[in-house]
Amino acid sequence: MSNTRELVVPSRREFLTSTGSMALSAAGILLLAGQDSRAQGMGGAMPADVSILNVALGLEYEAINAYQLGAQSGLLQKPVLDVAVKFQGDHKGHRDALIATIQKMGGKPVEEKKLDDYAKALKADTLKSQTDVLTLAAMLELGATNAYLGVIPAFKDAQLAKVAGRLAADEALHWTVLNNALGRPLPADALPFGA
Amino acid sequence: MALRHALAAATLALCATAAAAQAGADAARGRQLYESRCIACHSIDAGRVGPAHRGVVGRNAGSVADYDYSPAVKASAVIWSARTLDRWLADPEKTIPGQKMNYTVPEATDRADIIAWLAKNPR
Repeated sequence: MSNTRELVVPSRREFLTSTGSMALSAAGILLLAGQDSRAQGMGGAMPADVSILNVALGLEYEAINAYQLGAQSGLLQKPVLDVAVKFQGDHKGHRDALIATIQKMGGKPVEEKKLDDYAKALKADTLKSQTDVLTLAAMLELGATNAYLGVIPAFKDAQLAKVAGRLAADEALHWTVLNNALGRPLPADALPFGA
Repeated sequence: MALRHALAAATLALCATAAAAQAGADAARGRQLYESRCIACHSIDAGRVGPAHRGVVGRNAGSVADYDYSPAVKASAVIWSARTLDRWLADPEKTIPGQKMNYTVPEATDRADIIAWLAKNPR
């Protein structure tokens, strides 16, 4: 944990006035969608959307823990380590926003697993170099980008679909940086994500 | 009873593999698609956000031990074959209402290739 920093969740005012933050605030997702008061009154009226958000939350938990495993592996060197910690912070922002939204919609957020569980599932013991860590991270970020894009049509609420698009954009940014760090070429064709 | 089920599952798996091959599905491309689209939640051998996929062709939906399925999938009578997987990937909610995946693969060719890759990873 020494290689990570806690995400400082900005207040609503700070979030709304910040132009530099990449992470969504805990209160942000529905505030961004402009439906905070509406969400509070949903009372579980949209279980399908809550279900999608909970799957997304599980995905964010895994991303946070994947970066944690990378950060504490000792394999990442500065400035790559700093970038990984920043991306982990973004995922923590996504997590907090998703939890807040699920709760406001009357749902129950899924729980995070133990770090060891993620390590086993992601075969963290096979990571032997910085390239291995970045390759894993890039694979997960690409998958997350496509996952968020892929569930957009399933949302009943168009504003939540828009938020999924914003989350996908964050993941695409992460993938692009990681892909570049790995020395891989840019995608040859247009529209590389979501299909 | 268990033997009968195992034989049925094996038969379904073989049928699925054959069906995919007959359709000209490309398992190698399916692997690439799997690793770019499915990998956020699934792995062949590890249960993650979604259940592990080894042996999925031919098994009952909702049957991976220790995975927290939606009640809908858990209660369904679906057996995963090339045909049911194709329906599922095209529209999971229509296939099993109340499921929690919601991710779709709109293109039939993509679905066939992904299923062909899954069929290459038997139990």
